[in-house]
Amino acid sequence: MTSVQDHWSYDKLIPSDLDIGHAAIEELMNALGSAAWEGSDLFRIHMAIEEAVVNAIEHGNKRDANKSVHIVFHVGTDKVTMSIKDQGAGFDHQNVADPTEDERVDQPRGRGVMLMRELMSEVHYNELGNHVTLVKFKSPPAEPE
Amino acid sequence: MSTYRRITVGDEGGVSLVRFVDKKIVDSGSIEQLGEELNALVTVEKRNMILLNFDGVDFMSSAALNKLITLNNKVKAAAGRLKICGLRAEIKEVFTITRLDRVFDLRKSEADAIEAFKL
Repeated sequence: MTSVQDHWSYDKLIPSDLDIGHAAIEELMNALGSAAWEGSDLFRIHMAIEEAVVNAIEHGNKRDANKSVHIVFHVGTDKVTMSIKDQGAGFDHQNVADPTEDERVDQPRGRGVMLMRELMSEVHYNELGNHVTLVKFKSPPAEPE
Repeated sequence: MSTYRRITVGDEGGVSLVRFVDKKIVDSGSIEQLGEELNALVTVEKRNMILLNFDGVDFMSSAALNKLITLNNKVKAAAGRLKICGLRAEIKEVFTITRLDRVFDLRKSEADAIEAFKL
């Protein structure tokens, strides 16, 4: 349901298909544009939601056609909330190896969770680790130079 | 010379100058193809002095970033040098957050990067 503060909401159960996941992301990005989100905020949200949706489809549901992903977006003027829940076994989100450590920094994987945490205002997982909620508050306007 | 679909490849003073076809490097099929094409530069064409120019690229996912790391490891294994230029500020921030700015040689402009290959 769309609240007074929301410009746009999205609530769908999608199959474990990256093309359909990307179509949902595109709808979100269009809605953010309509709600006057811009610049680095848009980029950060795009980066984080890309990680969350791809993780849910690839690592959570392992692209199993019999499993779905529940996606909920709420876009407001100053706050966006994105909830992604897969039907996988979850993971230990509190003990993810730090990808910036010397022995891992040149490994081509393992940056998604860290990026979401760095780019979003808030990141919450359920205990199992198969449901992530991302929150981003709009950044204040840049000071004129 | 191989035919590529996700990149264009030129030569500038002995350096392979690579540009990207896509403004948004996000589609998983395209990213896989990009990874294969970048790897082919080293493994098939035996290029080992490579400059990736990101001018015109607005967005890339971490899956695409992973392909760059794989390429960098291949170039290093071939005793070559890889440099990156033309990153928009937001993508550069991703390199900084993930500390990949320590792994890659990031340069502001193409001319700056080409000059750095001469050092």
